[in-house]
Amino acid sequence: MKRTAKPVFFIVALVILVLAYTSIFGVYTYFGDRRDTVIRGASDIRFGIDIRGGVDVTFGAKDTDIHVTEEQLDGVKAVIEERLVLRNITDYEIYADTANKQVVVRFPWEADESNYDPTKAIGEIGQTAQLAFHIGDATDPETGKPTGDLVLTGNDVQSANAGYDEENQQYVVMLNLKESGKKAFADATQKQYDNNKGPISIWLDDQMISAPAVQAVITNGQATISGSFETMADAQDLANLITSGSLPFELEVKSSGTINPTMGVKALDAMVLAAVIAFVLIAAFMLIYYRVPGFVAVIALLGQVAGSIAAVSGYFGVFNSFTLTLPGIAGIILSIGMGVDANVITAERIKEEIRAGKTIDGAIRSGTKESFWAIFDGNITVIIVAAVLMGVFGPSDSVFGWLLSPVMRWFPVATTGAVYSFGYTLLVGIIFNFVMGMTASRLMLSSLSRLKCLRKPWLYGGER
Amino acid sequence: MKKEFNFIQSRKICVIISLCIFAVGILFNIIFGTGMDVSFSGGTLVRYSYADTIDADAVAAMAEEVLGKDAEAALENVDNTDVVTITFPKEITLEQQTKLNERMTKDFEANKPVQVEAKTLSAPMGHQFFVKCIVAIILAAAFLLVYVGFRFRRIGGISAGLCALLALVHDLLICYFVFVIFRINLDDNFVAVMLTILGYSLNDTIVIFDRVRENRRRHKNAPISEIVNLSVNQTFTRTLVTAVAVFVAITVVVIVALVMRIDSIMSFALPMMFGVISGFYSSVFLSAPLWALWQEKKANK
Repeated sequence: MKRTAKPVFFIVALVILVLAYTSIFGVYTYFGDRRDTVIRGASDIRFGIDIRGGVDVTFGAKDTDIHVTEEQLDGVKAVIEERLVLRNITDYEIYADTANKQVVVRFPWEADESNYDPTKAIGEIGQTAQLAFHIGDATDPETGKPTGDLVLTGNDVQSANAGYDEENQQYVVMLNLKESGKKAFADATQKQYDNNKGPISIWLDDQMISAPAVQAVITNGQATISGSFETMADAQDLANLITSGSLPFELEVKSSGTINPTMGVKALDAMVLAAVIAFVLIAAFMLIYYRVPGFVAVIALLGQVAGSIAAVSGYFGVFNSFTLTLPGIAGIILSIGMGVDANVITAERIKEEIRAGKTIDGAIRSGTKESFWAIFDGNITVIIVAAVLMGVFGPSDSVFGWLLSPVMRWFPVATTGAVYSFGYTLLVGIIFNFVMGMTASRLMLSSLSRLKCLRKPWLYGGER
Repeated sequence: MKKEFNFIQSRKICVIISLCIFAVGILFNIIFGTGMDVSFSGGTLVRYSYADTIDADAVAAMAEEVLGKDAEAALENVDNTDVVTITFPKEITLEQQTKLNERMTKDFEANKPVQVEAKTLSAPMGHQFFVKCIVAIILAAAFLLVYVGFRFRRIGGISAGLCALLALVHDLLICYFVFVIFRINLDDNFVAVMLTILGYSLNDTIVIFDRVRENRRRHKNAPISEIVNLSVNQTFTRTLVTAVAVFVAITVVVIVALVMRIDSIMSFALPMMFGVISGFYSSVFLSAPLWALWQEKKANK
């Protein structure tokens, strides 16, 4: 067997330390006030709503008997996304569950809003927002629906904006109609103008917002909605709803959860503290108990934790960042504990071989060789478990969701993303543990064992 | 040479210990029943933080009066915040939630209530989700056993798999009883704990069986119980050290959560802590010795 050169240890250790430093603190460049992220650090991690507060809601078709196509569901998704963006919420998570005709949305608490009403936000995001203009303001006494001919729908609207009507001192929504709407609106206003300046009623989801009397024939495609807005924000909300378009079918809230941001922050601090304490305790234990192999294990463990943080923050360009929840952090802590396993198995094996009379080199060589399958088998079980967790609690269009879909398609998607994050951190923790244990640890150990000062069997678990 | 501990002979005592723990668990389960979180049972849970003192009964009465639905209220401390938790066994709509918020702020103005958490789920969805979680646990166990059976087919994969399964069922029951005894409501964390313990416990069992396989090659004529005992002894330090490391990691979480009063993570960390102990114990003291017994019986036939 080729012997590992002495400097290898220092190179591997340096690589791990650099990875650890950059994954925690990130790398940024500064140009005056502008900060550009070169490598994302721990501060760039996207935390789940259980930590920073937010809303978690599952929408489903109200009428469960209707047939919902995949295109329609994608349409719903697109409309909801548009509405979120218009509300300045960009870091949302959304996925469609075709099998169960549902859409799951998660979005954080709107920043800087102390008296934020999450219930209202859910209502607005899931609103059908079917806009309709009807001739006259007559309604059917039984159904409450308009009886007049339909003039326009939301589809005929090019753009909608909130504004202030100086003349009547009220907030309005100004509509810019498409070509298709211009003609119809001109005809309708002409008809009502001739009809003793009769009204045209404006409806949103079977509710009449206003029914202004036609004062003039409008041919330029400019219509305004007025009368029901107390503030500019109210008008803006409706404008946003109209801009984002209406939903293809009526939605109902199947489940919802809201968490105030004040709650999770304390929990985050506690978990970070727990992670640091756990790491220090385990590192100390490994060092005292296994000496040189323990020292190597600590460095490998540092590499593993750094890898986990990197996999969550999106350090490696190929992987997206991943939402980190409280169970997700628990997964990282748990994998610190499980992560020593590969090193423990190897170190125990080396100890055994040394006590059986082998030389240090021989013991390290056979110790690493003999322990491979035990480590491999042990890791596979946790990987299987983590994959099932991600498949069950994750979106149905993810890799693991797809793998389990033959069984899991009959069930609704999970309503919270907390456990999905746990599955992920457990998975990456174990994978990094395996990679570190199989490569870095071995290289470091065989390289270190060539240093003269470290050639005492006692340092590897032999008798003193 | 290190003294060998005879794990095979101690199995009777171990089985009795486990059965006693189960008996206690079942007793608690009969007395207290199993608490289900809203995410499994369906319904609505709303939490308000409050100042000074608040009367939970008055809050419940107000909630029932406003919405005309059964409601319960309890004072709790969640993540270091005093909260009053209102639960509705039947879910309420968003409009009703808004109504409740309005009345709460009006009727209990002096307490400055702020809604900090709300959870709503329809009962059928909750039940479906629960079934999904149970299916997930069974599925994971099946995958794991197929893997064990495949890897250890040379030493009787099916018997190894079944003994491992017995240990797994043992650990899952222990985890479940921790939820029952500490009166923690079952929620999605429950599934996360169950699955993790599945993987963890099996990991220990596999390392032992791995050694059994190796020792069978080395000592071809030794009786099976001796081989198993040797293997358990040889791997014991490793199993113990790893168990200690995992136990330390999760116990730190439990202690920090206790000291800083972060209850939301407790339903995760506490059962996990016990599960780790159980996983270690069942692999070393139950599955391997039972497998030896099985193989001996088979050999005697």
